[in-house]
Amino acid sequence: MINKSWPDVHGAVADIADGATVMIGGFGRAGQPVELIEALLEQGADGLTVISNNAGNGDSGLAALIGAKRVRKIICSFPRQSDSWVFDGLYRAKEIELELVPQGNLAERMRAAGAGIGAFFSPTGVGTELAEGKEVRSIGGRDYVLEYPLYADVALISALRADRWGNLVYRKTARNFGPIMAAAATTTIAQVDEVVPLGSLDPENVVTPGIFVDRVVAVGERAWLRAGEFVGESSDTELERL
Amino acid sequence: MSTRISRHELAARIARDIPEGAYVNLGIGAPTLVSNYLSPDAEIILHTENGMLGMGPEPLIDDVDPDLVNAGKLPVTELPGAAYFHQADSFGMMRGGHLDVCVLGAFQVSAAGDLANWSTGAPGAIPAVGGAMDLAIGAKQVFVMTDLFTRDGAPKLVTNCSYPLTGARCVTRVYTDHAIFDITERGFAIRELFGDNTADQLGDRLGLPLTTAVDAGVSN
Repeated sequence: MINKSWPDVHGAVADIADGATVMIGGFGRAGQPVELIEALLEQGADGLTVISNNAGNGDSGLAALIGAKRVRKIICSFPRQSDSWVFDGLYRAKEIELELVPQGNLAERMRAAGAGIGAFFSPTGVGTELAEGKEVRSIGGRDYVLEYPLYADVALISALRADRWGNLVYRKTARNFGPIMAAAATTTIAQVDEVVPLGSLDPENVVTPGIFVDRVVAVGERAWLRAGEFVGESSDTELERL
Repeated sequence: MSTRISRHELAARIARDIPEGAYVNLGIGAPTLVSNYLSPDAEIILHTENGMLGMGPEPLIDDVDPDLVNAGKLPVTELPGAAYFHQADSFGMMRGGHLDVCVLGAFQVSAAGDLANWSTGAPGAIPAVGGAMDLAIGAKQVFVMTDLFTRDGAPKLVTNCSYPLTGARCVTRVYTDHAIFDITERGFAIRELFGDNTADQLGDRLGLPLTTAVDAGVSN
């Protein structure tokens, strides 16, 4: 019998090694696997490379992992936010390495890793400093930058429901990086609000098939979702200033 | 002192140029104001790059759902006909040329249509690019919404961008508080002047040669 369901988050993250490359889902707090990140923080793995869209919000979740100096390097598209003070401080002190990747290239590099693509040419970033040192090729009269896949040892993602085969359904914009990270990592661990009996997810609505998922953990309804505290960006402050 | 229209007036003016049924991405900051002036009857479908088409307005405080946010991570709502998708599909929509229009802010736009809007290159600044580079090269039409001059009076339309580029030769049209400019083979062409602005006066202040868009309703 296949049973990918784990009783708690601590067991599910116990074997993540020092120096591992870890993808962490979420766009800001939407879809951020907070309970898994907190378990990883407690587990103690060090010298991590984290791949995530942002570099943490407030003091919890990814920000707490970064704040505890467990992250050697972060690969992301948008570290600077109104509430990214933890990352900002370490970056200014040169205590964390940053690889900045345009968001679409970040996503497509994950997709390529999960889909067995060796590399691809993207029009995004051509002629900018984020393409410096990369091969540029003209194809059909348009310039493209050569981009390589992004693999990970582990992906930590969040979804709404799973079954014991690891099939996942998501909720609204919390889906974001979940499906592509699940496919790009050697071991994918999904926290979900609930694990439901096999056969109770409509197969037409499964977004991430269980083949991409190794472990699922029910965490119950996420308390912070209803905490009445919601941190958002009011605007791109730098653009507003000029 | 020449006439300047407000950000809200400019947002309303941009909204008039977005056709019925268009798929549109509005960038973070001032461009989001454009959504306030789109007619619901026009069924213009808003894309948000974190994974949604059919994005609706900000919810009432009791209806805020942290799983439903826009690219600025602010709470939004879903309209009938909305769809959710993952990040690779979302950016495939841009690069694949499926979006009709995006509206972006700018630090600078060059006469060749280069856009600089993600970094001032200032030392010590924390870089962040997000989806700006994908949006700049992806949509069929890239509209820029910006003040024509910085608070210090420096022109934001320039011969060559001095700030790091977001995308090369990608901008279609620039909507400013003084006038609307098309990017053409011959550089900036005035499409529409607001109030008492004149082509000669703007050309002098910008220090740039300006032409008039072929199909524009400008008389000077």
